Amino acid sequence: MIELKNVALSYGHKQVLNDINLTLADTGLTSIIGPNGSGKSSCLGLMSRLQKASAGEVLLDNCPIQHIPANQLAKQLSILRQDNHTNARIQVKDLITFGRYPYHQGRPSEQDLKIVEQCIEYVDLRDVQDRFIDQLSGGQRQRVFIAMVLAQDTRTILLDEPLNNLDIKHSVSIMKQLRKTCDELNKQVVVVLHDINFAAHYSDTIIALKNGEVIANGSPAEIMQDSVLSHIYDMHITVTDIQGKPTCLFYS
Amino acid sequence: MTELTPVKLNLSPATRLTLLLVTVILVCALFLTWNVKASWAFTLEFRGQKLISMVLVGIFIAISTLLFQTISQNRILTPSIMGFDALYILIQSIMIVVVGASSYSILNEYTKWAIEISIMTGMMLLLSKFLFRDSAQSIQLLILSGVVLGICLSSINGLVFRMMDPSQSVVAQDAFFASFSSPPMALLQVSCLILLSCLVFLYRYHHQLDVLSLGEQTAHSLGINYSRLTQHVLILIAILVGMSTALVGPITFLGLLVVHLAYQLAGSYKHKILLPFAAILGVLVLVLGEFILQHVVAFNTRLSIVIECVGGVVFLALIIKQAKS
Repeated sequence: MIELKNVALSYGHKQVLNDINLTLADTGLTSIIGPNGSGKSSCLGLMSRLQKASAGEVLLDNCPIQHIPANQLAKQLSILRQDNHTNARIQVKDLITFGRYPYHQGRPSEQDLKIVEQCIEYVDLRDVQDRFIDQLSGGQRQRVFIAMVLAQDTRTILLDEPLNNLDIKHSVSIMKQLRKTCDELNKQVVVVLHDINFAAHYSDTIIALKNGEVIANGSPAEIMQDSVLSHIYDMHITVTDIQGKPTCLFYS
Repeated sequence: MTELTPVKLNLSPATRLTLLLVTVILVCALFLTWNVKASWAFTLEFRGQKLISMVLVGIFIAISTLLFQTISQNRILTPSIMGFDALYILIQSIMIVVVGASSYSILNEYTKWAIEISIMTGMMLLLSKFLFRDSAQSIQLLILSGVVLGICLSSINGLVFRMMDPSQSVVAQDAFFASFSSPPMALLQVSCLILLSCLVFLYRYHHQLDVLSLGEQTAHSLGINYSRLTQHVLILIAILVGMSTALVGPITFLGLLVVHLAYQLAGSYKHKILLPFAAILGVLVLVLGEFILQHVVAFNTRLSIVIECVGGVVFLALIIKQAKS
């Protein structure tokens, strides 16, 4: 369970997050949405202790996150940020094997390699698993990093815009995969998403941020309202029921 | 005309490493035994001591450059950009001025070494304590401060150098330029100790360095204590650069060459392979350079020029070959 208590974050004088209080459920898929610059990625950064809060505290299972030893935390919580690049000339399979690093500390066991195999299968990368990472397209690379995070096999998975660079087919397959991870393996997945319809369709909870504050927090049905969405994005958004699913149409 | 089909070399990293090791042993043997004019006993002792210092320096420079590139996530930097050797030279100048040229020359090597190493690691610690705030941006900041500090230190050194009397400046000149003439035995002993502890450290941490090369945030997510590891590695770099500079003077140009050759030739991203590969290459390049210097051009130039010339050509050839394929 992740808890944010009165958390604030500022870069110099710029207040990015302002008095955030959130409790995230133990399992299920939570999406964080909001306009650019609303503090979504910072929020995720705080939850993963990649960033330190200027005020307040972040608790993982009632323990302040910075007090958990790094290696232990890596078995409980994994994060994928937006910009992942590496200088190393490394093969897809080797990179995904790094996801098991917290467990094997440099010496992957048979078991580790088996999990890596499964993750490669999950994200549909069997064909390119022996290629070097710099020979992949943006979407393939994104899937490699997602596979790495899945291989880490943590109870909590934080993903910052995982659908970046992905085509519709792979976006859907990744979201389905995340959904399955929540339902079958009882994991907690938190994703930052830009596509509201993706968020509405696959999430259990949607949290909306605007100007560094939580302005809405609820089930997709509660968030997918004309008034709520229009308020979040400061533009007129209509939600229509398409085949029983609330879908928002913002192309005007 | 029949065209030769190019032979595709597909060797495993371990095989490559072994091949390189055999080559370097052959070259060392050649260096020791080629064209012996004086008595064997004298030649072997004389060349042997030189060889030991070259082996140590080659390893130190290659490893420090590779480590620096890994933690800075930048493949065109060498530790010299941080002003490590500028600091070393300044320490020498100040010591010469303070204790005088003649006493500097007879100063106990252990004392001298202890002073140098403590100042250099001390500076590294101070810099990282003030500037290191647990993120990749701060390592950029650290490097930038190092660059500015390095420039500042060499300017101060220029000033100190101008204030010396002629006898002092002769001694100083000698300390500033790379030469493998005959480093004192005491230094060689200390260096071997350092090498040993460095190997122990790297043996324990090489896999963490692999994770570090994936980038700071990925390393964090995989449970690496980023700031602690980076600081330890920085201190190790300071000691290695200080040691190699103490042995032969500043020659960090070697590092860039061998580290890039290692990236190209080792066939692995793993530090387990890269580190020894670069280290052996460092030794190979130094010994070969010294060999050419002695027997081909008969000491008519400097070792740095030989290495830059031969090494540079090999390096360019490799890049061109890679661009074509």
